[in-house]
Amino acid sequence: MWKWLHPYANPEVSYHFTGKLIPWFAIISAILLTVGLGMGLLYSPADYQQGNSVRIFYLHVPAAMLSMGLYLGMAIAGLTALVWQMKLAESSIAALAPVGATFTAIALLTGAAWGKPMWGAWWVWDARLTSELILLFLYFGVMALQNAFEDKALAGKAASILALVGVINLPIIHYSVEWWNTLHQGATVSKFEKPSMSIDMLRPFLLSLFGFAFLAGTLVCMRFRAEIIERNSMRPWVKALAKEHN
Amino acid sequence: MQLSYRRAFSTILKRDLVIAFRHRDDILNPILFFIIVVSLFPLGVGPAANTLMKIAPGVIWVAALLSTLLSLERLFKHDYNDGSLEQLLLMPCPTFVLVLAKITAHWLITGLPLIIIAPFLGVLLNLHQDSYVALMLSLLLGTPVLSLLGAIGVALTVGLKKGGVLLSLLVLPLYIPVLIFATGAIDAASMNLPYNGHLAIIAALFFGSLTLAPFAVGSALKVSTN
Repeated sequence: MWKWLHPYANPEVSYHFTGKLIPWFAIISAILLTVGLGMGLLYSPADYQQGNSVRIFYLHVPAAMLSMGLYLGMAIAGLTALVWQMKLAESSIAALAPVGATFTAIALLTGAAWGKPMWGAWWVWDARLTSELILLFLYFGVMALQNAFEDKALAGKAASILALVGVINLPIIHYSVEWWNTLHQGATVSKFEKPSMSIDMLRPFLLSLFGFAFLAGTLVCMRFRAEIIERNSMRPWVKALAKEHN
Repeated sequence: MQLSYRRAFSTILKRDLVIAFRHRDDILNPILFFIIVVSLFPLGVGPAANTLMKIAPGVIWVAALLSTLLSLERLFKHDYNDGSLEQLLLMPCPTFVLVLAKITAHWLITGLPLIIIAPFLGVLLNLHQDSYVALMLSLLLGTPVLSLLGAIGVALTVGLKKGGVLLSLLVLPLYIPVLIFATGAIDAASMNLPYNGHLAIIAALFFGSLTLAPFAVGSALKVSTN
């Protein structure tokens, strides 16, 4: 496996490889999202309690799941960068953080839009909402730390450490927030318990989940390529590339 | 030459304490800040005794978080600026010992005074009379966690010119569990409920960060000093 992975540690190879991946990811994502969201928003049955507002679910839940998944991915990249000194893993942290933060923000905003008709308030201090908000802060921390360093190599290392510290703390924060909530106000807000979904809802949900995942993949690959170019701008192959495009 | 861990630890601890006592402002200012922040709240929310009693644990703890944050920067900044941090990192003993000694000194200088002064602020805020022991115990177990987690943030930002605001963005989210369980313990005590569970969790956070944070701080310092 090492023999297979080895070439991708070279920025040039990775650059061209992700370049080939992007169109595929984009096409798959477009198809899945059109079908999934189309089915979800237009044809899936309305919930018997929540009516049509349940349809925001097809946007909200994939965004929330991806926001956490991308953070985990960032932490794994951080571990790789620290343990095996992979420079490319540092670039991928820089690529993952803004995308993850955007998905977190989407999850929060759609959650607020869903909460208004369901709970009668844009925001409640529900445990899940709170830990999602804190996740957004953690993303901002990684991004801010990354931008604060002038030296990209140092920025990458610092961000790797922070991503690892964050991923250790995230479950602690999540469970403490959950306990805090039950401690203070009990179940005044009935959380949206995942209903044992009917297959008509599950199918569009899974389609849009994978659609969003491929969208995230597309965006991360694009940012990753930009990061590689920026960090290797003095290398001959980048200069040749720039000449080609001029 | 190998330095014994205890000798290295006590030397650095003593050095940091001496330096701190020669700059008394560094010790006093965070405490004054703590007192002022707490005394702003009655002015903001009104002096009604019942309201104050309800918000007292949260206010005292949030003020403690902020004043710790304010004092964090001096943990490594001076040493970084005059270059002694690099020399300390070159010592023939693990960074773990160095980091632990510096954090202990920081806690003795900033955490301990907070604990001593907190009950008086509790009086100002009309804290429930059964809550004082819980307040002290939660601060005793919680403030070391603040110093330990904060040290990670400072170590990451010490090389930056505008690290101050960034530091709060990095560190405050990590403080949330301590805040939750500490105020939970104080609230439980005011209702005459057992609060051992909360304290046990804060203790767990303390031991967890005591074992893990120094490694993160050490590698972050190596990044910052490059």
